[in-house]
Amino acid sequence: MGNLEKNIALNAENRADFALIAKWIAPNAKVLDLGCGDGALLTNLRKTHNVRAYGVEKDDANWLKAMNNGIDVIQMDLESGLSGFEAQSFDVVILSQTLQAVLNTEAIVKEMLRVGREVIVTFPNFGYWRYRFQLAVGGHMPVSDNLPYQWYDTPNVHLCTIHDFDEFCRKSDIVIQERLVLNDKEAVHFMPNMMGALAMYRLRSK
Amino acid sequence: MSENSSVGIVAPQIAHFNEPLTLKSGQVLPQFNLMYETYGELNADKSNAVLICHALSGHHHVAGKHHADDKNPGWWDNLIGPGKPLDTNKFFVIGLNNLGGCHGSSGPLSTNPDTDRHWGATFPIVTVEDWVNSQARLADFLGIKQLAAVLGGSLGGMQALQWAIAYPERMRHALVIASAPNLTAQNIAFNEVARQAIITDPEFYEGDYFNHGALPRRGLRIARMLGHITYLSDDAMGAKFGRKLRDGNIKYGFDVEFEMESYLRYQGDKFAGEFDANTYLRMTRALDYFDPAFEYNGDLSAALAKVTADFLVVSFTSDWRFSPARSREIVKALLDNELSVSYAEVTAAHGHDAFLMPDAHYHHIMRAYFAKIEV
Repeated sequence: MGNLEKNIALNAENRADFALIAKWIAPNAKVLDLGCGDGALLTNLRKTHNVRAYGVEKDDANWLKAMNNGIDVIQMDLESGLSGFEAQSFDVVILSQTLQAVLNTEAIVKEMLRVGREVIVTFPNFGYWRYRFQLAVGGHMPVSDNLPYQWYDTPNVHLCTIHDFDEFCRKSDIVIQERLVLNDKEAVHFMPNMMGALAMYRLRSK
Repeated sequence: MSENSSVGIVAPQIAHFNEPLTLKSGQVLPQFNLMYETYGELNADKSNAVLICHALSGHHHVAGKHHADDKNPGWWDNLIGPGKPLDTNKFFVIGLNNLGGCHGSSGPLSTNPDTDRHWGATFPIVTVEDWVNSQARLADFLGIKQLAAVLGGSLGGMQALQWAIAYPERMRHALVIASAPNLTAQNIAFNEVARQAIITDPEFYEGDYFNHGALPRRGLRIARMLGHITYLSDDAMGAKFGRKLRDGNIKYGFDVEFEMESYLRYQGDKFAGEFDANTYLRMTRALDYFDPAFEYNGDLSAALAKVTADFLVVSFTSDWRFSPARSREIVKALLDNELSVSYAEVTAAHGHDAFLMPDAHYHHIMRAYFAKIEV
């Protein structure tokens, strides 16, 4: 429980994905942020894009922070699905750096595509060369700024690579509208599955 | 810290209304009284008023004490006061006793002006809608065009929801705590057992007990005992009483053996001595009847189409009488209408009664929400 929040808090300062997510959002869009933490992303999007923002947050302390930040925040566990939301009732549903920490990954992505006309997912790319190096040469599970945990306390139960996620989308009839791979806030175009630390996807249903 | 400060000594007041009130049943109350209390100061533009709606057995005395050595402060005193989550330094808070009540507002215990006798069983059946209409009259009486917020738990939460439906232009925020958009069959069943306990008491006399010099104490006592079981969670009961024996050993009889029994009997006796049976019947019926989605083929989202208020909805994990799932139905309907809504599911062991407890996180939630209401 606390680990997921640590993940968000640790990443809050250099959330390169925030600014890039904003580029994929239309002005005045209706946006649902799953695992919204303290509501920082939605607060930003409200300022820059005048979005109609709702957040979903499980943790009590984060829920309260989001509320104090003026976000409409619904307390619920993503793992139980999004049955509280109508099909296609949001322009965009966002899952920012949380995918790797959910248990029912496939079900949650499908639920997001049911509720949102578009889905934005960001996650740490486990194919990043530093992670491969740490495992292959160092013989240890990777630890980094994006993955700051030891194997025994990590909330990240479903780590994947860009190739893995591409294949998941292909098999699940999910259209990848755009994909962006980042390393240290810079876009990576050359060998992204090797050189990129953070993956961002803009998805819709077929 | 003023965290625990009280609104101090308060005095109830009576507002009299001469305009007839047409009830949902079609019956007309030609005139009526409402007993109410207020805490804090109404500001110059009258934008800081918060109405508190009470639940089944509640009343107008929500906070403060009636005299210096009053043992029992108002029923939501832990929430309301200077520096408390509902801060009376900022808000003007109104508590009232609903129509049909037995604490000073027009009801079975009051006098029917047409006959100069107790209303008793002849007092009309009142609904949540009727209560809200009468509360709007009270707001008129106090010169308040628009309430900053309406707050209620359980049956009180239903009133807050009804306010948002019936008077969207007259309130800005609704706080619906441990409530539901209607009662489940199981809940109606509990109410029916409670009513049957009262109605079949030989001292009930079809509600005309006063004229027979009688009181259906036994029925009311059993009704309250049943109610108490449903307001607590199994865990809370287990933690508080478990299988503890009152005298340490079993006596092989039907007098009190377990602490649990002792508690229930105490609560039942206390209630039967201070509450009116005709009021209890009416309060449970108001609960049963409330169902804003009924006229919309069960579509709660359609029923809330005219709502404009912002909402805070709170439920408690161990509340099985008004379970979190029921609160989520309200949240879903509000989301369907793209209304501003926050929803918290508070981890609490106390069951339905949790909404009256001073749980720290719960009170942080209430404090945070009231802090964002502009006055």
